[in-house]
Amino acid sequence: MAKKPISFMLNGRKVETLVEPRELLIHVIREQLNQTGSHIGCETSHCGACTVDLNGRSVKSCTVLAVQAEGGTVLTVEGLPKNGTLHPLQEAFTQEHGLQCGYCTPGMLVRAYRFLQENPNPTEEQIRFGMSGNLCRCTGYMNIVKAVQSAAKKMQAAGGK
Amino acid sequence: MIPGTFEYHAPSTVDEAIRLLGEYRDEAKLLAGGHSLLPMMKLRFAEPGHLIDLNRVQALKGIREQGGMIHIGAMTTENELIASELLRKKCPLIPEAARLIADPQVRNCGTIGGDIAHGDPGNDHPAIMLATEASFVLRGRGGERVVPADGFFLGTYSTELKADEILTEIRVASVPAGTGYAYCKLKRKTGDFATAAAAVQLQLDGKTCKKIVIALTNAGPTALKAKEAAAVLTGKTVDDKLIEQAAQKAMAICDPAEDLRGDREYKTHMAGEMTRRAIRQALARAQGK
Repeated sequence: MAKKPISFMLNGRKVETLVEPRELLIHVIREQLNQTGSHIGCETSHCGACTVDLNGRSVKSCTVLAVQAEGGTVLTVEGLPKNGTLHPLQEAFTQEHGLQCGYCTPGMLVRAYRFLQENPNPTEEQIRFGMSGNLCRCTGYMNIVKAVQSAAKKMQAAGGK
Repeated sequence: MIPGTFEYHAPSTVDEAIRLLGEYRDEAKLLAGGHSLLPMMKLRFAEPGHLIDLNRVQALKGIREQGGMIHIGAMTTENELIASELLRKKCPLIPEAARLIADPQVRNCGTIGGDIAHGDPGNDHPAIMLATEASFVLRGRGGERVVPADGFFLGTYSTELKADEILTEIRVASVPAGTGYAYCKLKRKTGDFATAAAAVQLQLDGKTCKKIVIALTNAGPTALKAKEAAAVLTGKTVDDKLIEQAAQKAMAICDPAEDLRGDREYKTHMAGEMTRRAIRQALARAQGK
């Protein structure tokens, strides 16, 4: 099957590559574009480890074709820090022990980033509902919820950044 | 795990999509949100030679009111249904059900049209469509036809939709003020299909139940309309005894497939319990409680 040229914005940088239509976005991001922060967990759209931001919405990139990103904007965990400084969410996950093995963390962070854009001042219940597409097998979620709450406060204080 | 090889098409108009569908016929599959089709393609349960992606067809998106009816574009996502102020006011059963489907990321992709056209009895919108007495706009090369939801679902993965047709729009009536509604869904975890679920929409006239529609999810080879259960309650003052009779009537039409969620007996009982709960909740809402 002939490869198709695609191009999209990845973490603020324009990328161009050739893909087979059957290639999944997660594989192209990791293997062709060498951004290995986003993880492959279940490959069945359950676990959320592969969550990326596509055109301003959280999606599971194991269940999106790379050709569907053509002309779009993608954000992965590599795009969260600014000028070498960790994003407030990354700081909060560190401070609140929001991770243990870290496998789910890139997906958690990118999902939490979009969730807080949509709802900057969430209740605990809203955080649990909003983060329900990401599984963590270590933390029991308590500290992940705390980390999102803590980051929300910091980001509010800093004017929503 | 990646799908087999296929040729990818991304039309920007419905006409172009219909032309492609007519050209490739049995070899073609329409791609909506992709959260049923792509997993099936990964497992080789589906191996289309041509994939026609509808995500760039803007005309298939959006929710609008027209002459007392709500028109929902088939490519409207679950999260867009949840966010719709119009639906919350005029057909609240739809966003209530959408909140119980999958998870936030999947709801950003999954569409109401895909959920309906897939013909999976585990999907939630088919029962919601029966309960709201929706109709579907199907467009093909020969033109457009509008068919009622009741009768559209023929069997598991089988619907009235012809091979060269596209489900373009869902139409539901705006509900009158004071309409009661509920979708009660038993699921093992976030993202799971229903073990059993019941959708109810009802209208009261004083204390009398003027009209009620009851529909069940994952309780048979298709979503089921529980007509006899509804008949028990219509024209009556609904009490616990009648609710129990209705639940028994609903259980009598159940024909669920055994799987990891339970055996047939358990699923049938859960369909009965979801029916009781949905009637009670819809009634309470109609009474303004």
